[in-house]
Amino acid sequence: MKNKKIFINLSLIGLVILLAVVPLMMNKGAEFSGADGQAEDAIMDINADYEPWAQPLWEPPSGEVESLLFSLQAAIGAGVIGYYLGRVSKKKEE
Amino acid sequence: MNKKLKFLLVLISLFAFFQINAYAMHIMEGFLPPVWSISWGAVCVPLVIIGLYSIKRKISDNPKLKMLLAMAGAFVFVLSALKLPSVTGSCSHPTGVGLGSILFGPFAMSVIGVIVLLFQSLLLAHGGLTTLGANTFSMAIAGPFVAFAVYKIVKKLNGADWLAVFSAAALGDLFTYIVTAFQLSLAFPSPEGGFMFSLAKFLGIFAVTQIPLAISEGILTVLIFNALKENSRNELISLNILKGGAQ
Repeated sequence: MKNKKIFINLSLIGLVILLAVVPLMMNKGAEFSGADGQAEDAIMDINADYEPWAQPLWEPPSGEVESLLFSLQAAIGAGVIGYYLGRVSKKKEE
Repeated sequence: MNKKLKFLLVLISLFAFFQINAYAMHIMEGFLPPVWSISWGAVCVPLVIIGLYSIKRKISDNPKLKMLLAMAGAFVFVLSALKLPSVTGSCSHPTGVGLGSILFGPFAMSVIGVIVLLFQSLLLAHGGLTTLGANTFSMAIAGPFVAFAVYKIVKKLNGADWLAVFSAAALGDLFTYIVTAFQLSLAFPSPEGGFMFSLAKFLGIFAVTQIPLAISEGILTVLIFNALKENSRNELISLNILKGGAQ
């Protein structure tokens, strides 16, 4: 029973990883830029005169700093999830 | 700590390192004309206020749920930081709002969604303040409502828990980006082909990219939901997710 559960969970995790890796293999040489950047280009195609009327108040100075902040976001979230699950599973054992 | 949780943690930390590059997918700052910025904002304000009250009521009914709510919020934080490669050769990220919508209802998620969107627009220049209303509507209102409705419908049809959770999270995720495509097409109808032409274009960019990501979000949400079912039985019972007396 327990082994079966672990097997199912591992397979599900494997599936998620595959879903991210397969596109990388399928599109060798693609840029993998963001969908929002492509939408920006599409807007310019449709209406070449459009001027964005606002700019971000602050932009991360580089891709590295931006990825730092994104990692931070994920790390904070993962920390909270881990803390919660650890706590409730400990409580259950007691 | 049981093994299942360990796997979950390993998985989450793995994904935290999986960011490929610094783009993603909310509507960019300044890219919605003012009339649309204001209209979407106006639609969202009352819904977010209802959300605040809905959270307040649920928590005063059962203060123990605070931790679970924080966890559902953290799930949104993690998933919306994961920019994943997709079949179209571009990247986008899941939303993570499905889990919380199933647990706490769609209104509660509007509040959590706004918090995440504010964080991303102020610190990451991702999305923006002038597009906050539109992005809130797609990710924190439309997506959660679809997720909630799908979950209820599948349960009503006696579908299994995992199926209800998977389809709710995946369709809620996908619908968020369909709404984004609608919002952009309304604001930027093509001079030749009109609204429909623009819609096809934006759907091609957002919705197609999102399909594999939506499946991933569905699977991750099922994993977390199963962990909760095993470890947070009492909380799920008090939210009417599970039936049965408290242990």
